[in-house]
Amino acid sequence: MDQIALLIAATLASGTPLAIAGLGLLINEKSGVLNLGAEGIMLVAAIAGFAAAHASGSDWLAFAAGAAAGALLAAGFGVLVIWLNTNQYATGLALSLFGYGFSAFVGIGYVGQKLAERTPFEVPGLAQIPFIGPALFRQHPMVYIAIGLIALAMWFLYRSRAGLVLRAVGESPESAHALGYKVRWIRLLAVTAGGALCGVAGAFLSVVYAPLWVEGLVAGRGWIALALTTFATWRPLRVLFGAYLFGGVTMAQFALQGAGVEISSQLLAMLPYLATVVVLAIISRNPTWIRINMPASLGRPFHPGA
Amino acid sequence: MSQMNKRTLLGLTAAAALTALVGCGKKEEPAAAPAAAAPSAPAAAAAAAPEPLKVAWVYIGPASDAGWTHAHDEGRRAVEAEFGDKVKTTIVEKVPESADAERVLRDLAAQGNKLIFTTSFGYMEPTIKVAQEFPDVKFEHATGYKLAPNVGVYDHRIYEDAYMSGVIAGAMTKTDTLGFVGTFPIPEVLRNINAFTRGAQSVNPKVKTKVVWVNSWFDPPKEAEAAQSLINAGADVLLQNTDSTAVIQTAEKNGKFAFGWDSDMSEVAPKAQLASNLLHWGPFYKKAVKEVLDGTWKSDREVLGYKDDANDLVKINDAVPADIKKKIDEIKQGYKDGSFSPFNGPVVDNTGKERLAAGATPDQAWLDKVDFYVKGVEGKVPSGK
Repeated sequence: MDQIALLIAATLASGTPLAIAGLGLLINEKSGVLNLGAEGIMLVAAIAGFAAAHASGSDWLAFAAGAAAGALLAAGFGVLVIWLNTNQYATGLALSLFGYGFSAFVGIGYVGQKLAERTPFEVPGLAQIPFIGPALFRQHPMVYIAIGLIALAMWFLYRSRAGLVLRAVGESPESAHALGYKVRWIRLLAVTAGGALCGVAGAFLSVVYAPLWVEGLVAGRGWIALALTTFATWRPLRVLFGAYLFGGVTMAQFALQGAGVEISSQLLAMLPYLATVVVLAIISRNPTWIRINMPASLGRPFHPGA
Repeated sequence: MSQMNKRTLLGLTAAAALTALVGCGKKEEPAAAPAAAAPSAPAAAAAAAPEPLKVAWVYIGPASDAGWTHAHDEGRRAVEAEFGDKVKTTIVEKVPESADAERVLRDLAAQGNKLIFTTSFGYMEPTIKVAQEFPDVKFEHATGYKLAPNVGVYDHRIYEDAYMSGVIAGAMTKTDTLGFVGTFPIPEVLRNINAFTRGAQSVNPKVKTKVVWVNSWFDPPKEAEAAQSLINAGADVLLQNTDSTAVIQTAEKNGKFAFGWDSDMSEVAPKAQLASNLLHWGPFYKKAVKEVLDGTWKSDREVLGYKDDANDLVKINDAVPADIKKKIDEIKQGYKDGSFSPFNGPVVDNTGKERLAAGATPDQAWLDKVDFYVKGVEGKVPSGK
């Protein structure tokens, strides 16, 4: 029983960075821009967050630093692809490679450094409930904030006027332009916000989850978040679900190995990817759904003069 | 006039910038320049003193990685300290184990390096291939198994340290459950798991070891997850063969124990680190360089351990009882005089099958083929079948 509670707790922590980054990319992509630079953004934000936490001892300053670094990089990417109309795929890939090298370079001095001890967070009252307490209510506050962010995004995208405008820009930038919306500025805003969220996810990895800095720390989670967004058909709740599913299967396969279950560990290592793809593909099997939710102008540049 | 001044200023700035650039350009290649300049400047002296032996190292990571590559670079510095101006060393860092490695090796050989150390398993094929093209250059490849007339291999008995870590772990565990975070189920790693378990059982026969594979050499968040899952399953002393400090930091966070591997990790986990193993490549590098200088180098396989002052278990935690510390010293002595090996028979696997008879000592061929868990390790070695 305790084992299961701990497994659930580990699942929530493991899924959180994926959910936050996935949400950032979702907002980014809803505006019609594809940012393949997520991995690089998360890496730079991870070292920025780690450096901030190292200097200040505060997680919140670390998240702020990560968000700022992510927003800055994403804004640079945005200017390139939105105003200069560089190829979104190539520019995003370049950003990923740049982020890898740049974070390794500025992070040299932080390899092997230790962050200050922190007291584990508990939700007052609820944390003492047997089973449910250790399973759900002894997490870093960011785990709960991530759920809040998903809820906020659902309201924003589907219930607010600003969200409607964002979706319109992603669906048909020409129509949005004709209605007088500043398509390029809206896209830049979405890309920057997405970068900031990816940055928070990167800082979460280096400051809360690992917590340490080494070159390449993010280890592919930016790409997983990108895939998650697509498989979740750009729906926030599904991103959260997919992130927990991925985290849950990852942790479950470790638990199975630890319990001595005789399944090849290579097969188990494949499971999180397989399970997430299969489950999300089944949920999103309706092609109309995909067509409705996928931003129609995704990856296409927009020229206001044309 | 002012126009003129501006121009002069511009010209001056440009000239200054150019000079700076040229200056930088020269600084960038200290490896080639002094060697090329040496014969021309002190020509008379050069006639008496032979040209330095050029020795190169190819690294998989940065020399500052505080782990595997750092240990090799300390070995290189030991060579420089020992031979002074008789050698000229060059390093190439972060060389991928791909076609790039071949290009780097070819460059190094063409630049006149006469002895080249390739310090990662994946350089095996590139090393063999380039060695055929440069028969007068000697190559030494770490952790591989392919020999050629001008390619030797060298390796470590890291399992000696794993065994002693096990002895400490067996004494310190309260749950009688140890955890191991493994990378890939290859003989090197299986030897560590088995030695760790046998060491623990030598002081605490009830000990069981749980193994979790992360199927990656490097993924710190995943290493932390694996360590956490072992702790959740009841393990309270962990060992790993992954490179980052994630496992030991997870142990620290949970108030459990672990070991520093390939480098001292007490800085990031002062309470959790029970001990740390260190690799010293210096003695071997000095020996190889001396052999090449003397002209006595020949291709062979060297497996180094305590006998060669090549490894050490250091920084044993104050929490470890004195009798265990004494036992560690005895084991180290046994390694040095050859009276003890972690795999002295009988070795029984976890299905009850005898793998090495009582009284037998393991030879290198046996050690190279370890593909089982010993008694006390839970589960089955993952295989493709």
